[in-house]
Amino acid sequence: MFLINCPYCGERDQQEFKAGGEAHIERPKQPTELSDDQWAEYLFMRKNIKGVQFERWNHAHGCRKWFNMARDTSNDEIKAIYKMGEKPPPQ
Amino acid sequence: MTKNLRVKSSEFIDETSRISFKFDGKTYYGFKGDTLASALLASNVHLIGRSFKYHRPRGIMTSGSEEPNAIVQVNPNSNITEPNARATEIEIYEGLEATSQNCWPSVNFDIGGINNFLAPFLPAGFYYKTFMWPKSFWKKYEFFIRHSAGLGKSPTKRDPDIYDHRNIHCDVLVVGAGISGILAAKNAAKNNYKTLLIDEKNELGGSTIFETNENKKINNTFSSEWLKKEISEVKNIKNLEIKTRTSVAAYHQYNYLLARENLTDHLEKKDKKNKIRQRLLKIRAKKVILATGALERPLVFNNNDRPGIMLSSAVKKYIDFYGVACGKKNIFFTNNDSAYESALSLHNKGIKVDAIIDIRENSNAKIIKKVNEAGIKIYWSHTIVDTSGYKRLSDISIMKLSNDGMSVIGSKTSISCDCLGIAGGWTPAVHLYTQSGNKLTFDEDRNIFVPKADNSEQICVGSCSGDFELDEIIKNLSNKLKNFLNISQTDFEDISLENDKETSKRNIWLLPSDKPTGKTKPFVDYQNDATAKDIKLALREGFRSIEHVKRYTTTGMGTDQGKLGNMHALGIIADTAGVKMGELGTTTFRPPYTPLTFGTIVGRNVGEFFDTFRRTPMNDWHIKNKAEFENVGQWKRAWYYPINDETMHQAVQRESKAARKSAGILDASTLGKIDIQGSDASEFLNRVYTNAWSKLAIGKCRYGLMLNEDGMVFDDGVTTRLGENHYIMTTTTGGASNVLSKLEDYLQTEWPELDVYLTSVTDHFATASLCGPNSKKILNKIIPELDLSDENFPHMSFKEVTVDKIKCRIMRISFTGEQSYEINAPASFGEAVWEKCIEAGKEFDITPYGTETMHLLRAEKGFIIVGQDTDGTMTPIDLQMDWIVSKKKYDFIGKRSLYRSDTMKENRKQLVGLLTEDPNIVLEEGAQIVSELNQKPIEMLGHVTSSYFSPNLNKSIALAVVKDGKNMMGKKLFIPMENKNIGVTISNTIFYDEENKSINAKL
Repeated sequence: MFLINCPYCGERDQQEFKAGGEAHIERPKQPTELSDDQWAEYLFMRKNIKGVQFERWNHAHGCRKWFNMARDTSNDEIKAIYKMGEKPPPQ
Repeated sequence: MTKNLRVKSSEFIDETSRISFKFDGKTYYGFKGDTLASALLASNVHLIGRSFKYHRPRGIMTSGSEEPNAIVQVNPNSNITEPNARATEIEIYEGLEATSQNCWPSVNFDIGGINNFLAPFLPAGFYYKTFMWPKSFWKKYEFFIRHSAGLGKSPTKRDPDIYDHRNIHCDVLVVGAGISGILAAKNAAKNNYKTLLIDEKNELGGSTIFETNENKKINNTFSSEWLKKEISEVKNIKNLEIKTRTSVAAYHQYNYLLARENLTDHLEKKDKKNKIRQRLLKIRAKKVILATGALERPLVFNNNDRPGIMLSSAVKKYIDFYGVACGKKNIFFTNNDSAYESALSLHNKGIKVDAIIDIRENSNAKIIKKVNEAGIKIYWSHTIVDTSGYKRLSDISIMKLSNDGMSVIGSKTSISCDCLGIAGGWTPAVHLYTQSGNKLTFDEDRNIFVPKADNSEQICVGSCSGDFELDEIIKNLSNKLKNFLNISQTDFEDISLENDKETSKRNIWLLPSDKPTGKTKPFVDYQNDATAKDIKLALREGFRSIEHVKRYTTTGMGTDQGKLGNMHALGIIADTAGVKMGELGTTTFRPPYTPLTFGTIVGRNVGEFFDTFRRTPMNDWHIKNKAEFENVGQWKRAWYYPINDETMHQAVQRESKAARKSAGILDASTLGKIDIQGSDASEFLNRVYTNAWSKLAIGKCRYGLMLNEDGMVFDDGVTTRLGENHYIMTTTTGGASNVLSKLEDYLQTEWPELDVYLTSVTDHFATASLCGPNSKKILNKIIPELDLSDENFPHMSFKEVTVDKIKCRIMRISFTGEQSYEINAPASFGEAVWEKCIEAGKEFDITPYGTETMHLLRAEKGFIIVGQDTDGTMTPIDLQMDWIVSKKKYDFIGKRSLYRSDTMKENRKQLVGLLTEDPNIVLEEGAQIVSELNQKPIEMLGHVTSSYFSPNLNKSIALAVVKDGKNMMGKKLFIPMENKNIGVTISNTIFYDEENKSINAKL
């Protein structure tokens, strides 16, 4: 059970949060101009790596705000937490 | 069997309070402070149960939570019965009853004992190999296998006990209150850390508390005496909380631990009443100090499982702590010095110790001299090759070990005894450490796995870190604490220590016998009857991974999780396969450390607290009017309102007719409602719904369909424009929270530039949906001042009105096809407005109807229910709802996916209507649809999604999804059922009032 430092509320137990999948996948601005393959890339393809992964999290039972997390999937160490729209920190 | 083996009053046993209890129907006596095990041993009872596979007689092996054999059924045949409880942990109380497990008719005469003689035919993997053929026989085999499997019996009645959960936050958590844990907790608390100290036993002090070894002294007194003073100090430190009888079950990441606190199991029945039995502690600690100690290992030799064979450390605890001798003729078998301490403990209390068998060649420890002085014979370089005594150990046979330890030499000597203490060395209890995600490293020299590294949030101290000698423990503890707690000194770093050092070591995982391995029974896992022979068989059959060998042989898979034997299993695999133990790794230590009751896990969340119920403001009215309820998500919704003895079918038929002929009323309060405001609200709706919203006039309503980005229908509902920048969206009852989450997600992450605010107002409004040709007249009676003409208040529009000073929002929208008004009142006035409608509707026989009738009425009109007629694979095109997908809008959620080659395929399943050839047959929802009955394999074209008998059409109607259904209008298909094939014809999805006349019907 993680202890997650919500950028708006501070440290809270994991059960207040919902994981929202891989971060930094931007919805295409002009979807109609994309090929099926390009659209499928956005829609379906997600990374599942051993190591530092960038994820979206939502403080669902708190402030309801979304934010990003860099988490090492091999030991669940949370490397960084940063707000939506901010760039991921250098490794 | 009634000889009393209580030898000396112990300070931990209160001999003034005698307690009677029953074991296997017979009454025994013990004292306050006894465990079931110590009290039975005092009565010379060793035979406690039968083993799992061979039904071999088994006795008490240990004195703690690692016990594999002495597991009993507590309070059998009652609603508080508990299976697989460890006799070594059960504190006795007046009236306690316990029975043996896995034996029939009794533990003394057990029919299953025949398995012991069938053992050659029951090797590892026996079940896999034997019962696989013929395939069709499996069901018969399974019946018998299941019948004979299992140890205890689970309770069949509701658990009457109360359980609880508690969250605890602390600076420092210390797990284990042995000498290391006590000192760690004391120094943490004294340095202003809010500290919690936990131990699974009822007494603090671990094994040091009864230590009277003259070679282990602190400040020139027995270590036990010194520790007692420390404990009395520790009990009075303010910011130190101590919890005994509390076992840490799990250690998760970020120092989150779960522990079970046992509050009443040791109390008499009358004192247990109305008290919390067990409490789950959810602990979040800033720092954790693991002082979980070490577990003594057995030795693996032929027939090492007979009642009377126990761990040497257990023999010592029973005599020193409980004042109970485990036998009258005692022998120890060891590979290290600790058995000598146990032998001296017995000897000092006048109990006879006949011999010590030691596989080592010698030892220079001081304690050896003392043992020699006591006249106890030591057999160096010897091993036990066999034991005898079926229900109680009677003899052992010993032989001299060869130099390489692989075989035995010389002649066999037999010695009679009734108790054998075995000492195979110590295994650090690293279970919790590894659960936390940290790694172990193998110490080749000492044959133990030890924690790899400490970190700033967690340290291991004492013997669980691999320190077994008192001076090492104290020195390392002090240094680690200073660093970990950031303190300059500890209050015990200057104590003087005396301590006997172990110098000689010899470890043999599988001790040789004069018989070949195949003819011996050297048990590795006592509870699951896995022997060294089974492990070797598994290796011969090609298993290499420790995880595979474990599962194939079931080693370590009992309720004790192999706390005693896992190291030997690893050792034997390593020796046999010729690999190093460190390279082999260990099996995963999984929570819980000791079994938890289900009660502890669920706590208060039982019965009506199992899940949250949501009730509408009109709930009391529904109950008064005898509604049956159905669960929709967390909501309790009125399902139908039977009159007298009506069945559901009869009630629904009556309600449906009334709603179309005169007037009906539905509680629609559960629909999700989201208040949307902001200057970009219209643009936002344009992006989330498939149809266009910019031109919706204020005061008008519109139906919208929402897709997932993959083009599949996600939710639907009517949204009303209340003002220039103000909308109220309704969602499906079950989808409300998901819709809000999804909309928030897009707003925050994809379109942060939009000025839009979302608020859930589901619970703020109660909704009475008035429907039917007379609905307008009823509404007119309630609000005479409102012009209800179709010109002033047309279908799909909205009015804000006041009903008796209650501000209401009325939407003229319809889910039934009838003229219909949804009256939204503030929740607290919901019931009042509802009753007003009922009162006004009396002259029109207004009929309350529930969700079932609502479903029927909408099906007559072919309106979909998201989640019933759709399943996450249906696009709006599949639903034949092309009309709601805007072609002009540049983008909306899911639009691009509607043009993917896959979603544009011709033969996708599409929503159609179905009419049965026999109009009286009502199809089963979920039934499969085929076109050819004789085809093999038969092709499933789709399935029925909604099906009802329509009283208004007097025939059966259904909605279904069928492959290419759009192009099959009028085609005949079949629904094969168990006893018959039902002929159906594909039809339009709208069965009733295709021209929509009823929407504005005037009577």
